[in-house]
Amino acid sequence: MLISIKDLHAKVEGSPILNGINLEIKPGEIHAIMGPNGSGKSTLAKVIAGHPDYEVTEGNIEYSINGALSDVAELEASERACEGIFLGFQYPIEIPGVTNITFMQEAFNALCEHQGADTMNEDSFRTFIKTKLPLLEMHEDFLDRAVNEGFSGGEKKKNEILQMLILNPRLALLDETDSGLDIDALKTVAKGVNTLKSKHNGIVLVTHYQRLLDYIEPDFVHVLFDGKIIKTGDKSLALELEEKGYDWLTEGLQ
Amino acid sequence: MSDEIEKRINEDYKWGFETNIEMEEFPKGLNEDIVRLISKKNNEPEWLLDFRLNAYKKWLTMKMPDWTYFKIPDIDFQDLYYYAKPKSEAGEGPKSLDDLDPELLATFEKLGIPLIEQKRISGVAIDVVFDSVSLGTTWKDDLLKSGVVFCSISEAIVDYPELVKKYLGRVVPTSDNFYAALNSAVFTDGSFVYIPKGVTCPMDLSTYFRINAKETGQFERTLIIAEEGSYVNYLEGCTAPQRDENQLHAAIVEIVAMDDAEVKYSTVQNWYAGDKDGVGGIYNFVTKRGLCKGRNSKISWTQVEAGSAITWKYPSCILQGDYSEGAFYSVALTNNKMLADTGTKMIHIGKNTKSTIISKGISADDSENVYRGEVKIMPGADNARNYSQCDSMLIGDKCSANTFPYIDVQNPSGTIEHEASTSKISADQLFYLQSRGIDPEKAISLIVNGFCKEVFKTLPLEFSVEAVKLIEMKLENSVG
Repeated sequence: MLISIKDLHAKVEGSPILNGINLEIKPGEIHAIMGPNGSGKSTLAKVIAGHPDYEVTEGNIEYSINGALSDVAELEASERACEGIFLGFQYPIEIPGVTNITFMQEAFNALCEHQGADTMNEDSFRTFIKTKLPLLEMHEDFLDRAVNEGFSGGEKKKNEILQMLILNPRLALLDETDSGLDIDALKTVAKGVNTLKSKHNGIVLVTHYQRLLDYIEPDFVHVLFDGKIIKTGDKSLALELEEKGYDWLTEGLQ
Repeated sequence: MSDEIEKRINEDYKWGFETNIEMEEFPKGLNEDIVRLISKKNNEPEWLLDFRLNAYKKWLTMKMPDWTYFKIPDIDFQDLYYYAKPKSEAGEGPKSLDDLDPELLATFEKLGIPLIEQKRISGVAIDVVFDSVSLGTTWKDDLLKSGVVFCSISEAIVDYPELVKKYLGRVVPTSDNFYAALNSAVFTDGSFVYIPKGVTCPMDLSTYFRINAKETGQFERTLIIAEEGSYVNYLEGCTAPQRDENQLHAAIVEIVAMDDAEVKYSTVQNWYAGDKDGVGGIYNFVTKRGLCKGRNSKISWTQVEAGSAITWKYPSCILQGDYSEGAFYSVALTNNKMLADTGTKMIHIGKNTKSTIISKGISADDSENVYRGEVKIMPGADNARNYSQCDSMLIGDKCSANTFPYIDVQNPSGTIEHEASTSKISADQLFYLQSRGIDPEKAISLIVNGFCKEVFKTLPLEFSVEAVKLIEMKLENSVG
């Protein structure tokens, strides 16, 4: 088991958002989380990643660390990241004055240090990162621009995927990585995600649209509503949702 | 256990050690006799004694400035030593740095400035000022081969009296302000630079100021003269022991740039800032001013102000020559209970003069950080241009940042642009970096360094590395 979430309740600024999530992910699996706006999809991703504004009020998240499931409640976001949890942001944040390469090198070296591996200097890191750029159809210029500053929507999302490939997480949570992408960019991003996929990694795709799932095939599709998973199926569920919307599932629940 | 705690506290300011060395001091307090003693000690000519005595008389009639944003505590000027010199250096005349008291050599080695010949840093000549005296200057003879004079001001007074007499007090008049008058009366030493016509100084020049003696004020004076078409890059650093009493540092720096000359002056100010409760620390009250006398001359001030309990400092440019340019790049970081009131003045006199001001203030903990700047365009300054950008960043919610820009335009052809912003480090930025494995302290330091980038890139590489490290260290305990 990679992660086991039991009866997870969480609130932000006093309002409950998650109302009892149960979810288990094994290495090698891809899970898609769908659901109407405001159902708690992004919150779930942020809570797993350890966003300090979200308070877990009940239940827990156990994540595999050194081969055993451990409660992550006490781990800060940066510690969770060092243990291999990655959150791809829906709206990547701008950091003025900090170059993309410096940012990624800091992140990469933080992980290396945590794992007791050698860190990389800027030259060798640049050589390493350059090998990842063609896959995402990114130009080297990206590395020397300030993090997400002046990036188009598509560039920001590609940049998230680049970071994911550099950090090689065991659990990647991708929050609406497909939103705001044209079809070419969507394919490129999907290619990046598929590159990460292996029998060791788990991937969670938070998405509104089934079209992403044409390119990244999920093993499970979950429908989140009002902070709970109300239905779980295989990829055919996503097609069904595309056709019928959510009303047939949520009627009578509200 | 307590040793461990003490060690950790001391790590906050690793330059806070004391050198145990026997000192020769003048009696405490300030009066005409002390002024005469200082002058006599330096074998000064009559005109300089008169200069000092005049300044002293003016100072007696002046009051401490009271217009700063925060209250500066009263200082008992009679309770200070105005002259302190290591006894071992009491011999007459300059001697080789290799022959310095081993205690002093060890002190500077510990500060990262090896002085003995075979260990010296190449590419940078350093004048080291310890309390009231310059201990010596590295690479002095080599520089002289290119015609560059780099020595202590006390030596210059003896060896180049005409130059000193011509320029001393011409950019910062003795009556300019309370601390300038005080410095003019009691300055004990400092650095002197003369770059002859057409010479690009073959290496960076630097002065390192160290306060060591207790209850002693440091009053040094720097004079830089850049003749026509010359160029020099000048760097300044400073540290002091960690003590519970406040100590006064009141310096003057004067720069004169002739036609087509360029002077870049960079400071990393790291005086002891007091502890987290605001006990101790240096009062840093400094007057720095450059005169762009010649056509097309350039003077730039870059400062990283990260230390001192109180900073009161406005490195300025008088743009007298047509087409001359002044620049001020500043990062002022305050944390704990530090107070900083700093900025610049750009006085446009010549035609087509240009000035640039980039100020980045970072406030953390309970500190107060003020930018105060004046841009003045005189009636004859046709087509003058100024661009100012003042950004403030707050870390936490108990600190404050204030910006007071004064603009006085007396010529309608002038162009002035002013941009200002205040931001808080956002929780989203922090979370973004943390979600990549970067710990909160490192995350803050990355964001802050990004914020300061435009200023850091104007520093020479080694200084900029040092500045980044310093800011990082300062912020380590300020992350909530």
